[in-house]
Amino acid sequence: MYQGERAIRHPGFTGSFGCDSFHGAEHTMKKTMIQVPSFESANLVDRAANADAPALGDAWTGRGGYRRRTRESAIRLIFLLTALFSITALGLILFFLFREGVPVFKIVSLQDFLLGREWYPTDDPPALGIFPLIIGSIAVITVSCIGAVPLAVLTAIFIAEIAGPRMKEILKPVVELLASLPSVVIGFIGMVVVAPFLQRTFDIPTGLNLLNASLMLGIMTVPTICSISEDAMYAVPRELREASLALGATQWETIFRVVLPASLSGIATAVILGISRAIGETMVVLMVAGGAAIVPTSLLDPVRPMPASIAAEMGEAPFQSEHYHALFAIAIVLFLITFAFNLIADQISHKYKQVGSATL
Amino acid sequence: MQVRAVIVLMSILAVFAVSGLCAAGSNLVIKGSTTVLPIGQKSAELFMKDHQDVNISVSGGGSGNGIKAIIDGTCDIAMASRFVKDKEVKLACEKGIYLVPHRVAIDCIVPVVHPSNPLNDIDLNTLKEIYRGNVTNWKALGGADKPIVAISRDTSSGTYEVWQEKVLQKERVMPRALLQASNGAVAQAVAGNPYAIGYVGIGYLNPYLKGLKVSGVVASPATALNGTYPISRALFMFTNGWPEGETMSYLNYLWSPNGQKMAEAEGFVPLY
Repeated sequence: MYQGERAIRHPGFTGSFGCDSFHGAEHTMKKTMIQVPSFESANLVDRAANADAPALGDAWTGRGGYRRRTRESAIRLIFLLTALFSITALGLILFFLFREGVPVFKIVSLQDFLLGREWYPTDDPPALGIFPLIIGSIAVITVSCIGAVPLAVLTAIFIAEIAGPRMKEILKPVVELLASLPSVVIGFIGMVVVAPFLQRTFDIPTGLNLLNASLMLGIMTVPTICSISEDAMYAVPRELREASLALGATQWETIFRVVLPASLSGIATAVILGISRAIGETMVVLMVAGGAAIVPTSLLDPVRPMPASIAAEMGEAPFQSEHYHALFAIAIVLFLITFAFNLIADQISHKYKQVGSATL
Repeated sequence: MQVRAVIVLMSILAVFAVSGLCAAGSNLVIKGSTTVLPIGQKSAELFMKDHQDVNISVSGGGSGNGIKAIIDGTCDIAMASRFVKDKEVKLACEKGIYLVPHRVAIDCIVPVVHPSNPLNDIDLNTLKEIYRGNVTNWKALGGADKPIVAISRDTSSGTYEVWQEKVLQKERVMPRALLQASNGAVAQAVAGNPYAIGYVGIGYLNPYLKGLKVSGVVASPATALNGTYPISRALFMFTNGWPEGETMSYLNYLWSPNGQKMAEAEGFVPLY
């Protein structure tokens, strides 16, 4: 049975070996099965007999080996090119960004641009000071993180450590669904539902303000931070948890003093990624932040973060006018801030990295 | 498995081929101002119904974008709610594009407030003081003791430019004004805020807003045409050189009585 089956499955079977002696079937088996390099068949006669089905140890030599070598090199080259594509794309974007943004510094000095308080780019001569825009961005990010980071990390702790399997099954997809909501939908809800609500509740002039934008941005960053933190906590090995519990710690003490510090680098990365995402988020702040280019003095003041300015004004700025270059210069500032955040994230994740099995 | 892959590939290619064939026949690309966009869209629909072989694609993006597109050669007609600026004219001359303006309708800009606001009439000077930040409370205008929230368009919008020229007399709007990105956003913001005042094109008036009279003059086609309504402007479509072929028939349609009636239905003031 066994020999026959083996023989019949071989595509080149001609029937002469089929029901023959055991030795014939064995030879067929040797032809069809993967050749594990064995010391018995290391002599030249056997190698010649099996020339068109080379042993693994023969992978890089001989005629068959040449084909395999070039194929491997070609595949490696393809992967290298696909990776280079990302680098090229980033390089091109940076090139155009700087090429279109730098000319604005011919008409305004860097200090006036970054620290000037008035943004009237269509005047003649234009007033190009983006300080209120920068402060608006920073304010929105800070307030949204104050709310979103604890919420996200605690949710991640719940999903990773405390929730039972059924709760986990419900919570994880729901959080990821929150992440997949389009930002324009969130902005629209903020404008139509949350703004009048805030106005009525706090009796303020307008519901399109810093608080509204921070709430909506918080909703968007919570799933990002939560997913990555949760992965970081999963990666903490069981030995650490079990050791802590064995020493008599409660579950809460284990989570707070063992799991959290172990996954700190992952959580820090998650937070910084969430912040980077929020700082560039355009549709939400365009619709709900209010659009007043002032430095906010209270939580309920309208603000105008940088991406909102760019999105609102780019459509009407005449091509290659000072306004156009100024908007690109704002984009450069935005890029540099995000880049700085990425560097900080890298630094933190290296500094707190756990060596050994808890590495994320 | 391989046969199935081939079938899938063939069907995808067939879809592309069919859509490519559909795109044959002449194409008209219209880009530009969001204020003129309702006219462009509605007229394109009606024009395509009568002329089956013409394909018109209309998109917004702002007057500046539209003029830039026609200078770049990526569109046939540029919609603009303002005239071309000197810089754009210079750029067009450098590229050998000769921009020809065509008026297609007249737009009124109406100051609007929330329907619960008791105000009915306002004059240009008061509007200017509100938007300059000198009048900050509704009780100065006979209303409740509540702060005035001034809503405007961002400074590069064509609508804002007309407002700045006719109401603010070329002065700057105050930094505390909430700058929104489109007519629709201003309408939405005012409709949701009982203490807000804003301005929209006449086509964007809806039951959730209350349009104010300016110095006793109601914004309407008659008052815009005879010049008594102070805040009005012409809406333009720009072509590269004198229009020919499909572009000419499309513009002729816009200027015909049917086209102007359509513009009026969309909420604008017809040229005649």
